[in-house]
Amino acid sequence: MPGVIAERVPRVAASSAVPRDELEKIWQTQPGIAGWLSSVDHKEIGLRYIVTAFAFLLLGGVEALVMRVQLARPDQQLLTPEQYNQLYSTHGMTMIFLYAMPILSGFSNYLWPLILGSRDMAFPRLNALSYWIYLASGLFMYAGFAIGAGPNDGWFNYVPLASRPYNPGMNIDFYALGMIFLGVSTTVGAANFIVTFLRTRAPGMSINRVPILTWGTLTASVANVLVVPSVSLAFCLLWMDRQIGTHFFDVSQGGQALLWQHLFWMFGHPWVYAIVLPAMGMVSDGLPVFCRRPLVGYAPVALSTVATMMLGFGVWVHHMFATGLPNLALSFFSGASIIITVPSAVAVFAWTATIWLGRPVITTAFLYFASMIVLFTIGGVSGFMTASVPVDWQLTDTYFVVAHIHYVLIGINLFPVIGGVYLWFPKMTGRMLDERLGRWNFWTTFIGFNLAFLPMHLTGLRGMPRRIYTYPHEMGWDGLNLITTIGSFLLALGVLLLVINVLTSLRHGVAAGANPWDAGTLEWATPSPPPPYNFRVIPHVASRHPLWESRLKESDERSLIEDGMVLDHGRETAGSTPLDGEPDIILKMPEDSYAPFLLTIAASAGFCGLLLHLWWLAEVGVAGVDVALAVWLWPERRLGQRVEVKHV
Amino acid sequence: MRRIGVGWWGLLCVVLTEGALFGYLLFSYLYYAVQLDPAWIPIRHPSLRLAVPNTIVLLLSSVCVWWGERGTREGRRGRQLLGIGVGFLLGLAFIGIQLQEWHDKPFSLRSSLYGSLFYTITGFHMAHVVAGVIALAMVFLWSVLGYFDRMRNAPVLIAATYWHFVDAVWLAVFTTLYLTPYLG
Amino acid sequence: MVALTWGMLLIAIGVVIAISLLVLGGVVGRGRHVDIASVPVERGGNGLRWIWIGVGVSSIPLVVALVWTVSVLAAVSAPTGKPAVVIEVTGAQWWWKARYMDRDPARIFTTANEIHIPTGEPVQIRLTSADVIHSFWVPALGGKTDTIPGQTNVTWLQADMAGTYRGQCTEFCGWQHAHMGFLVLAQPPAQFRLWEDAQIKPARPPTSPQEAAGKAAFEFHCGACHTVRGSKAGGSVAPDLTHIESRTTLAAVTLPHMVGTLSGWIADPQAIKPGVHMPVMDISGPELERIRSYLQTLE
Repeated sequence: MPGVIAERVPRVAASSAVPRDELEKIWQTQPGIAGWLSSVDHKEIGLRYIVTAFAFLLLGGVEALVMRVQLARPDQQLLTPEQYNQLYSTHGMTMIFLYAMPILSGFSNYLWPLILGSRDMAFPRLNALSYWIYLASGLFMYAGFAIGAGPNDGWFNYVPLASRPYNPGMNIDFYALGMIFLGVSTTVGAANFIVTFLRTRAPGMSINRVPILTWGTLTASVANVLVVPSVSLAFCLLWMDRQIGTHFFDVSQGGQALLWQHLFWMFGHPWVYAIVLPAMGMVSDGLPVFCRRPLVGYAPVALSTVATMMLGFGVWVHHMFATGLPNLALSFFSGASIIITVPSAVAVFAWTATIWLGRPVITTAFLYFASMIVLFTIGGVSGFMTASVPVDWQLTDTYFVVAHIHYVLIGINLFPVIGGVYLWFPKMTGRMLDERLGRWNFWTTFIGFNLAFLPMHLTGLRGMPRRIYTYPHEMGWDGLNLITTIGSFLLALGVLLLVINVLTSLRHGVAAGANPWDAGTLEWATPSPPPPYNFRVIPHVASRHPLWESRLKESDERSLIEDGMVLDHGRETAGSTPLDGEPDIILKMPEDSYAPFLLTIAASAGFCGLLLHLWWLAEVGVAGVDVALAVWLWPERRLGQRVEVKHV
Repeated sequence: MRRIGVGWWGLLCVVLTEGALFGYLLFSYLYYAVQLDPAWIPIRHPSLRLAVPNTIVLLLSSVCVWWGERGTREGRRGRQLLGIGVGFLLGLAFIGIQLQEWHDKPFSLRSSLYGSLFYTITGFHMAHVVAGVIALAMVFLWSVLGYFDRMRNAPVLIAATYWHFVDAVWLAVFTTLYLTPYLG
Repeated sequence: MVALTWGMLLIAIGVVIAISLLVLGGVVGRGRHVDIASVPVERGGNGLRWIWIGVGVSSIPLVVALVWTVSVLAAVSAPTGKPAVVIEVTGAQWWWKARYMDRDPARIFTTANEIHIPTGEPVQIRLTSADVIHSFWVPALGGKTDTIPGQTNVTWLQADMAGTYRGQCTEFCGWQHAHMGFLVLAQPPAQFRLWEDAQIKPARPPTSPQEAAGKAAFEFHCGACHTVRGSKAGGSVAPDLTHIESRTTLAAVTLPHMVGTLSGWIADPQAIKPGVHMPVMDISGPELERIRSYLQTLE
C-alpha cells in the first residue's frame, strides 16, 4: 500500500516547466506481455473491465436470443427443460454479475483519477487484482456452462432446489464457488473506490465539488462492502451443505429455506441499486455537457443518491412477499419500497429541469441520456406497483416483473452506459464515434427494447409465469411472446451497430482533441487519450466545473490547471483531507507488479481444488495466496513504508 | 501529529466488510435460535470452562499489542517488540485453547444444525485469528529488522487495528454462542 | 384488490405519460443539431423549484398508494367468516396433492390436481411442500402463496361464480415447472357436497375378469407410487388416482383427459413432460390396454 510521509514540500510550477518524457518514463507500463500482466495503470485496467464486461453482455444477449426463439411460439421443443434452465440462469448471472457491475467499475476506474485530478486510484495493485479476479471468476463460472453444468436454478438459486438431493451435479458448485471468488473482486474494488474518494482528490476538490459519478460509485461501493459478505456467506453455507454435509438449509434437521432467501436478498436488493446508481451518476454528469449548463440540484441529487442506497438496505423482503411472512413485516417493507421512489424522483426532476433550463444539443450521447429518463420512469412505476403487497401477490413471479427488471436494468444501466461510451470514447481513444451510425444505433436499440419489453407488462398481467421453458397455446400468450421475440432481435441488432461503430471508429474515426464536447470537468483538461501520468502538474480546483468557470462567473476563484504541484520523484500523487480536499501528504504509488496476477492464479487453483474435492490443491492455492500477499505487503523504502527514505 | 497514508483506510474497509460477515453469521444463528425449540442446542448451557479464560487471553493480547503499538509511536523499540511479541504468543495460546475446546465438544460440524453453525462461526473467527497471528509475526519480524521508527510504522498500526477488530468480533461471537443460551 | 391493482396501474400510466411529455417537450423543438462549442454555457432559471414541485406532486399518489395498500392487505389476508372447507395442499415436483380435512376422520380424502370448492363460501388452503419451494396461484381468484417445505402457509379462496379456474405453480421448481398446473372447480354447495361424497368412497370393485386383470396389472406396475383406495396400490409419492376418471385433465393440466392421451401418458411420460419423476416402463400393448381400462372405471 502507498505509505506515509515524504518530508519534502513539493514545488509548484507551470506544467510547461515539467518535462513530459521524464514523467512518461516514470509512469509508463512496459510494452508486451510483461506489461500486460503487471500493469497497475487505472486507465488500462478500466479499459479491460469495459471490454470484458461488453463481451459478457454479448454472451448474455445471445443466451437471451436463444430463449426468445424457444418462447416465440407455444409448446416448442427446441430446447430441453434443462437447457432452458441453464440458459436463463446463466443469462441472469452474466448480466447481473459479469456485465452490470463490472462495466460501471470499468468506467469509474478509468474516469475517477481523471475527474478527481489525481494520478491513479489509492491502491493501484489492488485495482489490478480486482480485474484479474473478475476475469478468473467469470471464466470459472462459464467453465461450468461450457461443459453442460451451468447454473440451473436461476441467479437467485433458491434452496432446497439448489441443495444436493435435488441438484446432484456440479452446476451449483460452479456457481457457488465462482460467486464467492467474484465477491473478492467486488469487495476489494469497492474498498479502492472508497479510499480513493476519501484521500486522493485534487487539492481544493472539497466534497461538494466531486462529480455525481463519484457519489454514485462511492455509494455503491459502501453498500457492496457491507452486503457482499451476505451472499458470499449464503453460497459458502450452501456449498458446505452440498459438499461437506452440514445442515444449514436441511429441512429435516430444522434448517429453513427462508434463511437462504433472507441472506440472498439482503445482498440482492442493495446490489441492484449498486448497479444503477453509478450509471445515474453518468447521466448526471453527462446530460449537463449537452445541455450546456451545470446539473440542476447538485446537492439534492448527491443526497438522493445516498438516500436511495440507505433505504435500499431496508426493502429486501419485497422479494419475499409470497412466502407467508406476518402482515406487520409485509406492511413495513411495502411502505419502505413505496417510499424509496422519492429520492429517485429527485433525480428524474433534476435531469428534466436540466434539459428545460439548458440549451440541449442533440447528439447520440444526449439521446441515450435523455431517453433513459423515460425508461427509468417506466421501470420505476412498475416497481412501485409491485411494492404494494396485494398487487405483488398477483404480479410477482410473472412476466410483469421480467418487464420491470429489464426496464430498470437496460434503462438505468445499459442506456447510460452506451451514452457514456459516446461521451467518453473520444477521451479514451482520441477518436470520435460516428454520429450518423450512432443515430441508427440509438433508434434501433430504443425501438427494439420497447417493442420487446413494453408488451411484457401485459404478458405478466395476463398471468404468464416466469422461468417456464414453454407455454400452452390455450393461455392466449402467443402473440405477445412473438412480439417480444421480434423486439429482442431488433435490440440485438442495435447493440451490434454499437459494436460496429466502436470497431470502425477505432480505425477511421475523426480525430478528437482534448475537449471535443467543450465540457467542464477535469478529465477534459488532459490530452485524448491521456498520458500515463494523467496530469503534468497536480491541478488545484475551485469549483465543480473548472473548465466552465470563466463563463459561469459564479465566483472570483479560478481553478489552476496549468500551474500546480510538481510530483516527479518517482510515482507520486497528492493525498488530501476527506471533506475539504486540502492537500496533506504526498502518496508514493507502487510500480507495476506481477503480484496481483500471481495471487489470482493461486486463488484460482484454490477454488478449483474445492470444486473438484482436490483438497491438496486447495491448500496449495491458499499457500500461494499467502506468499503473494507477503511479497505484496512487504514494506518498501520506495513507498515510504520503511525508514531510510532519501530526502529531497 | 502522526500522518497516515491510505493503507490504514484500506484496513478500515476490511474491518467493515469482515465485520459485516460476522454480522450475517450471527444473524443466521439468531434466526434459528428465536424460532426453534431450545432443544436444538445439544448442550443446553454451553460450557464456559475454557471459553471464559480464553476470552481473557484474547483481551490481554489486545492490550499487549496496543501497548506495543503505542511504544512504536513513541520510538521505544523495546516496548514495540515486547508488546507485539507477547500479543503474538497470547494469540497462539488462544488458538491452542480453542482447539482443545473443539476437541472436547460432543457434537461436530455435521452432526446437527447447531453443530454446523457453532463450528462454522467459531471456525471463521479462528481463521481470522490465524491471519492476525501471522500479521503480528510479520510485523514483529519487520520490527526486528529495524524497518520502523516513530514516523514510519504504518504496518504496526494496521496490524494492531486488525487484531483489536478480531478481539471485538470474538466478544460478539462469545456473547451470542455462549451467553445467550443462559438467558433462557 | 382488483381495484387497487387498477388504481396503481392508472397512477403508473399517468406518471409515465407526464414524465414522457415533460422530457419530450424539453427535447423536441428545443434540441438543436449544432456545433456544441457554439452554444454558450449558462446557468439560468430556478432549477431547484422543479425538484421540490415535482417531488411534492409525486408524493401524493405515493401516500395514497401506501394507505390503500395497507388497508387492502388487512382486508384480503383473512376471510370474513369461518372457512366452509379446509384443504391441505402439498406442492410436489410436478403435481398438486389436495387433502380435504374434516372433523369426522371418515370424511377425510385425498385427490390431486383438481380441487373443487363450493361457491360463495371461504375455503381455507393450508400449504406445504413435499420437496422444493412451489407457489400456489389461481390468478382469477386471488394472489399467490408459496409452498415451503418445513412450514405451513395458510391462504384462502372464495369463488362467487361457478366455473373452472386455472391455477399454476409460480415458483421455479425444476424441469417441469412449466407444466405444473391445477384446476379449481367452483360448484354450487349442493353439487359440491355430491362431489365430496363421491370422492370419499373408495374405488368400486371390478365387475368382470378383465377389470380384475386390469386392477392386478395396475397394482403391480403402479402401486409403488400411486394410491387407489380399495385396491392394493398404496404409494404416496404420486397423485391419488382413486377417482381419476372424474378429472378433466391429466399430468397437472398438461393434457386433456381422453383415451388417447391417457394411454400416451402411461406409455411414455418422459416424451410429454421430460424429467418428470414417473419413469417410462416397458408395458406391452395389451397390458397397457388393461391398465387404461381399469383406470377408466375409477369414476
